[in-house]
Amino acid sequence: MIENQKSPRSFFLKKILTIETVRANVRVDTWQQAADKVGCLLVEAGKVETKYIRRMKQALDEVGPYVVVAPGIALLHARPEDGVLQPCISLITLENPVEFGHSENDPVDIVIAFGAIDKDSHIPALKQLAEKIGNEQIIKQIRSATSDEFLLEAFIASNQDLSKSKEN
Amino acid sequence: MIIATLCGMGFGTSMMLKLFIEDILKDEGIKAKVVPWDLGSFKGQNADIIVAPVDMKRHLKSATSKVVLIHNLVDKAEIKTSILEAIRSLEK
Repeated sequence: MIENQKSPRSFFLKKILTIETVRANVRVDTWQQAADKVGCLLVEAGKVETKYIRRMKQALDEVGPYVVVAPGIALLHARPEDGVLQPCISLITLENPVEFGHSENDPVDIVIAFGAIDKDSHIPALKQLAEKIGNEQIIKQIRSATSDEFLLEAFIASNQDLSKSKEN
Repeated sequence: MIIATLCGMGFGTSMMLKLFIEDILKDEGIKAKVVPWDLGSFKGQNADIIVAPVDMKRHLKSATSKVVLIHNLVDKAEIKTSILEAIRSLEK
């Protein structure tokens, strides 16, 4: 089923995860500031236009805080046409958790943003991401990462672990 | 059977849910079509079951399909229990 959906441009997480787009222990006071920070990493890396950050926040205002997909974890994005230049992902951990207004999964201390260039090429990477944030061990490592390097390592190392466990 | 997964834009959260549900259905040997929906276009469409994040409940007041609300969208165990329960209730 998933094979059929793969577009020729599809990619895995490894291709878009870089040290430039992860930050450990970022200080913010509100969810808006968290969105700015996680979005800024993508702007600075040349992956999205500045307006993409505004669109991500607008999306949350419009449809509600369901983007807090799991306890403490928010997954932000807007549409491909909102200024995505290249497929991308950024991840920050927060020094102090902030409220997004979710009925159950607040407060949030892990904020992830992604940008997709179409409706399907990001699917393999999105699936990997979902497996990762659904894995308690990986989330524990991400939360305890004290530097950007450790944070990236927590993500990449766990990627290999996951593929290994799939081979077995 | 058609199972729709719902989110604001139709390719992030709803796509994640779709991928998890397809895995679960495959494991269970259940045949169903899983389609991601976005809030802008789901009205007027038909599905047997709509799966949505719990905080989207207010958007589903008028839905006539069986509605399944998920609290933790990356918890495969929760998704599995909820979706299988909904499928069984429709089979009755």
